[in-house]
Amino acid sequence: MIGRSLRALPALVRVGFVESLAYRTEMIIWVFSTTMPLVMMTLWTAVARSVPVVGGGGKSWGTTAFVSYFLSVFIVRQLISGWAGWEMYYEVRQGTLAMRLLRPIHPLLSYGVGNLAALPLRAAVTLPVIVVLFATNARDHLSHDWHVWLLFPFALVGGWVITFFANVAIGALSLFMESSVKLMDVWLAAFFVFSGYLFPLDLFPDWLTAAAKWLPFRYQIGLPVELMTGVHTWESALPLLAKQWAWAAALIVASLAIWNRGLARFQAFGG
Amino acid sequence: MIEVQQLTKHYRVHKRPPGLAAALKSLFKREYTAVKAVDGITFDIKAGERVGFLGPNGAGKTTTLKTLAGLLHPSSGQVRVDGHVPQKREAEYLKKIMLVMGQKQQLLWDLPPAETFEMNRAIYDVPRADFTRRMKELGDLLELGELVNKPTRQLSLGERMKCELAAALVHGPKVLFLDEPTIGLDVSMQVVMRDFIRRYNEQYGATLILTSHYMDDVAALCPRVIVIDKGTLSFDGKLDDLVQKVRPEKRVTLRFSQPVTREQVSPLGQVVTCEGAQAVLQVSHDQVNSVVGRALATLPVMDLNVENPPLEEVMSELFARSRANREEQAA
Repeated sequence: MIGRSLRALPALVRVGFVESLAYRTEMIIWVFSTTMPLVMMTLWTAVARSVPVVGGGGKSWGTTAFVSYFLSVFIVRQLISGWAGWEMYYEVRQGTLAMRLLRPIHPLLSYGVGNLAALPLRAAVTLPVIVVLFATNARDHLSHDWHVWLLFPFALVGGWVITFFANVAIGALSLFMESSVKLMDVWLAAFFVFSGYLFPLDLFPDWLTAAAKWLPFRYQIGLPVELMTGVHTWESALPLLAKQWAWAAALIVASLAIWNRGLARFQAFGG
Repeated sequence: MIEVQQLTKHYRVHKRPPGLAAALKSLFKREYTAVKAVDGITFDIKAGERVGFLGPNGAGKTTTLKTLAGLLHPSSGQVRVDGHVPQKREAEYLKKIMLVMGQKQQLLWDLPPAETFEMNRAIYDVPRADFTRRMKELGDLLELGELVNKPTRQLSLGERMKCELAAALVHGPKVLFLDEPTIGLDVSMQVVMRDFIRRYNEQYGATLILTSHYMDDVAALCPRVIVIDKGTLSFDGKLDDLVQKVRPEKRVTLRFSQPVTREQVSPLGQVVTCEGAQAVLQVSHDQVNSVVGRALATLPVMDLNVENPPLEEVMSELFARSRANREEQAA
């Protein structure tokens, strides 16, 4: 089964990519829907121009620091996105999960590949932002330690794994409850606040920053962005990376457990 | 090929009356009822057979098909399909079967069906040469033509069902479960689908199990039928035998050279209809010759036809009898 699954991957990736290009209008709307970090960047740079903004660690946030931060957030957000939870929810409700279960390939693999297949399109949207980030003085706030940049891909993959398997865990709850998307809304609300998506965690009160460091959301966006923006050294980044992958492992285990139990229930009660 | 012994599938269903009070109450205390979707059915199906599952809505037909396809776990009983236990959903088993549900689709909605075919080729690991040959055959049999290159969302229901069938057959399944494959299709498209399904069975020796509310599907495709009602098996045998068992009478259709009255034809047998220059009579099997002779002798008969009663009526009567039996037992 593994060999066949691997052989099927290129076709699954290709189909997923072609699907992501199917609607031109939807694609434009989607591009606009991803601009929240740019909106927040405008907001926070305006604030920084009016009053000094100082973070919990005493870091002074000037306009270019905010530009660097939110452009990095934009890039990371694009590359760690996942939406398997919604797919699973709709497929369970509409009964089309059965069609996926009939295929001799693990359903989670097909969800994962489908999500990853949109990466080229997302990378294309990200490219101009990367150019701006490196071509302007925003680059002054990026890490200059190449060791840290070596860790960045691992942090990015870890962020995606957390996002995807959190989606799987919540989506698989559709097999137990009527509306798992409500839980997804709760997850997303916490994600927006605690991931660093809307504002740097550094700007939270100390106790909230400390709490955020124990939650998974920070490891989805916050950690990769902190690596990009030079917050950490190689030495200080490694334990954080370990924490990130501990969250990833926990979510993999939890989501597989929920999926397997949910599937057994689905098969026991029908769908 | 398919062995089913004492298969049962029972569900526990949350029961909630309508209304806000009931909704609030259900937050704290829930009531459940047990539903016996399938209640101890046993049958065998040989390789290459075409079998129709018949039964009213909620009889347990789709539940049985889903259990055979491995989507549902039986509550009890034994199921084996080509040596596999379906509920294990082994990859080798899934490569041998396909379940086509008329109301569910596997085609990728936003892309042309050709993309789904290609994806299925990869997933089922079909060699390129086999895939090309099979798609050519399916394309010819189903007259797919340029349909495969139009986005699925732009296809009509009939076109989509043809492509659904093609997608389901990319890997050449040995066992095909068809759940209402012609639902919603117009008459001509139903004929196309039936014709194709029969040819696929004949050409590849595939085993077919079909559920359909269109009796024409069953009559055209299934020499053998299994009737399921309220989860129990009430008949398993040839379609003709079922008709004989339920409605041993024949239908005699008489067409006259001029209009006749009901009074003129009623001495011949039970009048089903009598309108203008045509009458339909229901007569017992052993009286057909006598009735035909008398009709020819006494009435201006231009043409006549003797056939079994419509399958819809046969099934309707069968289900009515089952219902009456259950009510009697309950009383």
